[in-house]
Amino acid sequence: MKRPAIGPWITIIIGAIYFLVPLVATFEFSLRMKRGEYSFEAYRVVFGDPNFQASFTYSAVIAIAAILVGVLLVVPTAYVVQLKLPRLRPLVEFITLLPLVIPAIVLVFGYIRMYNSSSWIPLTNSARGTDFLLTCAYVTLALPYMYRAVDTGLRAIDIRTLTEAAQSLGSSWPRILFQVILPNVRVAVLSGAFLTFAIVIGEFTMASLLNRPAFGPYLQLVGANRAYEPAALAIIAFIITWACMGLIQLFGGGRRSDTRR
Amino acid sequence: MAESAAEPARARPRPLSLTWLGVAPFMLFALMFLIVPATLLMVGAFQDPQGNFTLQNIANLNQPTIIRAYRTSIAISAASAFGGALIGFLIAYAVALGRVPRWIRPTMMTFSGVASNFAGVPLAFAFMATLGRTGLVTALLTSIFGFNIYRYGFNLLSFGGLTLTYLYFQIPLMILIMTPAIDGLKREWREASAILGASSWQYWRMVAFPILWPSLLGAFLLLFANAFGAIATAYALTGSSLNIITILLFAQIRGDVLHDPNLGYALALGMILITGLSNGAYIWLRSRSERWMR
Repeated sequence: MKRPAIGPWITIIIGAIYFLVPLVATFEFSLRMKRGEYSFEAYRVVFGDPNFQASFTYSAVIAIAAILVGVLLVVPTAYVVQLKLPRLRPLVEFITLLPLVIPAIVLVFGYIRMYNSSSWIPLTNSARGTDFLLTCAYVTLALPYMYRAVDTGLRAIDIRTLTEAAQSLGSSWPRILFQVILPNVRVAVLSGAFLTFAIVIGEFTMASLLNRPAFGPYLQLVGANRAYEPAALAIIAFIITWACMGLIQLFGGGRRSDTRR
Repeated sequence: MAESAAEPARARPRPLSLTWLGVAPFMLFALMFLIVPATLLMVGAFQDPQGNFTLQNIANLNQPTIIRAYRTSIAISAASAFGGALIGFLIAYAVALGRVPRWIRPTMMTFSGVASNFAGVPLAFAFMATLGRTGLVTALLTSIFGFNIYRYGFNLLSFGGLTLTYLYFQIPLMILIMTPAIDGLKREWREASAILGASSWQYWRMVAFPILWPSLLGAFLLLFANAFGAIATAYALTGSSLNIITILLFAQIRGDVLHDPNLGYALALGMILITGLSNGAYIWLRSRSERWMR
């Protein structure tokens, strides 16, 4: 009965080659900046570039802001929907899936129409206003993953008992939410947060169309003008994504939602 | 005593306010950053510059450039979704049921989690360094086999090149979706069909495939929508030389290349329709397939 499994092996080996060759090739390419020898020159140039530092910092700050807003928005909603308003669940889930249905470029087009300088809420008039808009745009992009992660986390604990216990001990609602519920779903929140970071840090379309000096547009600019630095940046971006996914696994055993853009 | 009895009475309205506080900001956010912006675009698609109702924008979509852009986008999305679904399914099958060492599965799943999120501009860089004109694989094929792929019609900045690049996030996404679905195939079904004398082929054709097909088709549609809305990889790879719908819309938002803002809204409406249909069908199929996966 036990046949040697040749087919699966061939599949996996071909898959592994397809996945690994671009990484190896990119790494090799990134080392070739100095003629005739391998060196980390491209990385030195990239890390020394003030635009790299500025755009990366900018995107990291926006990402952290988006994570905070996302958590503040999603945790109370998911909690209330599960505990008190299960009738709203289909509507809320539908809303959280919308960012997967409406492409990012269409969303940002809508923002530009809605928040342009001659509109009721002219957010794009000032740099701060546009930063706020970009933060909210990223909250929207990450909403499907953040909501899914938090919702799953809340299901895994008994929020009704926890809530009643805290209530009978006299806790106020903010206290229940932030000192009882939130610590219990911190693993889920963290995995949502890291996924948000991975999606947002190199995001190009929205940042570029809103004219903000983010990491994604910087990457594109370097790609259009340089030879070896882009390869180094690709490796750096891959390591960042890997780190985010690794941290999710480290904290939460690596269950991930299956729907993503 | 009187005071402690009054406590719960005073506390009663508060759950209501919490309910309100929990849902209202979320709904407000959804309105401001999802529903109203999308609705404004869709309304704009049916308005002329003065704001009167018109179907002219929809009719104006019928231009060679726009039709070709939609067609190329659909073709690339379909090709990368089909390739991603097929290869991803085979790998998921090999990992889940293919008697391979145990460490391969978690390794493949972790890698898929990373690679399905490794999209956008850096992915374009990676493929340029691999299969671009001076890429490592291009150079190796030329120097070892004397086979210059660019002389034989391959071009990374084309339909085939972009599809090959998109597969890098499509295949992992498929692996992530299908491995749990394949795990959901119960051993009893296979044993029962073996007892009834079914061959392996008959089992797959008559039992496993009919159960898996909603997941398979659903995953295909999700992959399709995933590629259809993507722009960063294509833009970084080809600049604006490749005429796909997202790049056309990008140029339209940047500089009104169609010289008609309302035509841009119609363009966006068409995209929402296509990704909406494909995602809607995915969600419907997934709810169908979940019946078997309990």
